Amino acid sequence: MFRRTEPTDCTIVWEGRDLPAREGESLAVALLAAGITSFRETPVTGAARGPLCLMGACFDCLVEVAGVQNMQACLVPVTPGLVAGIQHGARSFEEDAA
Amino acid sequence: MSVADEWTAGREAVAPVAETVDLLVLGAGPAGMAAATEARAHGMRVLVLDENGAPGGQVHRAVEARLAKGAVSDGQDKDGAKLAAAFRASGAQYRPGATLWAVEPGGKVFWSESGAARSIQAERLILAAGATERPLPIPGWTLPGVMSVGAAQIALKTAGLVPEGNVWLAGQGPLLWLYAVQALAKGGKIAGIIDLSPPGGFSRARPHLLRALKAPEYLLRGLVWQQRVKRATRVIQARELRAEGEGQLARMLVDGVAHPADLLLLHDGVVPNTQVTRAIAGLTHGWDPVQRCWRPALDLWGNTAVAGVMVAGDSGGIGGARAAALSGRIAALEAARALGRITTDERDGRAGPLRLLRDRQLAPRPFLDAMFPPLPEAAIPDETILCRCEEVTAGRVRQAVGLGCLGANQTKAFTRAGMGPCQGRICGPAVHGVIAAARGVPGGEVDPFRTRFPTKPLTLGELAALAG
Repeated sequence: MFRRTEPTDCTIVWEGRDLPAREGESLAVALLAAGITSFRETPVTGAARGPLCLMGACFDCLVEVAGVQNMQACLVPVTPGLVAGIQHGARSFEEDAA
Repeated sequence: MSVADEWTAGREAVAPVAETVDLLVLGAGPAGMAAATEARAHGMRVLVLDENGAPGGQVHRAVEARLAKGAVSDGQDKDGAKLAAAFRASGAQYRPGATLWAVEPGGKVFWSESGAARSIQAERLILAAGATERPLPIPGWTLPGVMSVGAAQIALKTAGLVPEGNVWLAGQGPLLWLYAVQALAKGGKIAGIIDLSPPGGFSRARPHLLRALKAPEYLLRGLVWQQRVKRATRVIQARELRAEGEGQLARMLVDGVAHPADLLLLHDGVVPNTQVTRAIAGLTHGWDPVQRCWRPALDLWGNTAVAGVMVAGDSGGIGGARAAALSGRIAALEAARALGRITTDERDGRAGPLRLLRDRQLAPRPFLDAMFPPLPEAAIPDETILCRCEEVTAGRVRQAVGLGCLGANQTKAFTRAGMGPCQGRICGPAVHGVIAAARGVPGGEVDPFRTRFPTKPLTLGELAALAG
């Protein structure tokens, strides 16, 4: 799908799994480089979705980052050790208030 | 501890901003960077808000990082590096990672950064929000593995990701060819290009050729791109495209013929980003029948129908990066005049040569517009999802038209199309086009989605920071 032409320099955690990444690149790009295209499940039908635009417009790359839901993965910069996972459906308010 | 303190406690501290500013610029692409730099040269206090982490916009995205790596190669990158350096040195206050979400009458502007909302009072506004890709809805385009060509270009420019494996490009428009050239130059591999543009492009464009030759570099560049790509990969002329797979793109059907695919990149040209301008009361827009898109009504300087609010660059009409930078400078000169920093004569004297240069950059546009018309929405099959957020198909929108829906805003009530988190950013042009085609009227007679502030989703937590 995609191949990196530049070295990685850190590790992030996606769904409990370590992935190589480069500090400062977007989380969405780091996931794509690792061959991951499913980022979320839609609130309407539960269908799998991944990024469309990578520029903050489509909201199809929503993920959970460090416990915060509905983050646009294309606008989240990678930091070493960043923990992220699939956004399941709509944002749940109970978890967010905790 | 107040509610606001609780919400904002532990969030990253954000440098404070002044209460007022002479000029607020939205966007740090070519138009925004040039406008801010020019305005600073006339002593204005300038604040630039930009959603990205570094200046450049989409066209010059990550140009500073690539410059530092010695990876600035083409003329476009050199333009961007020059603009960014001048912008950095200008003394404009620059807030990356800042998402504007409201403009109040009188010039109060609201945005969010690092999870907290901010506001400032601006004397003048230059909105330079750039362009977005026109959506190309095909059956199966919501499958993971289907993305836009612009997205792949961002992955290339920011992180050096190149395509490899069963990667296909499909649609029409200059960016599709440009990305192919850039990806191949970086060692990428493309399985093929599905050219969906209607035949006869050159004969449609021929009447505009003479004018286009005022800036021949555009046409020469385009020819070189197409030749390079055609040498390196196959190009299939087709009319119908479908993406298929179980929860993931696996193959595509090109006029009924199956090809394995693990990445499909779609493109159908670009349209002005009018999400913010359409939300400002009284700011009128007009329909562009050639590019089939809405654009704000502007005078020669970039003034809109609302006093103090100006537009520069592609968000006022697609003209490309060089025209955008020139229109940014022209708008800043007018802003400087309006605020009494320069006289009308000084404005005219300085802007004259810039306007001539802009005219030259815009000369090839009618040719390019005729060569690359947007694909017809009437041909979108009924089962195709138009609104990706609410998962509304073209068939349901057509059904709503059958029930009496005249415009995009009515289809919201009937179908929820355009009511998801993207607020119609992606599906807007497609929903609008499908309605116009179903009604059999020109696009200008169909209301577009009305946008409202906040123009980006906003959490109560972010909002509470305003009370702190």
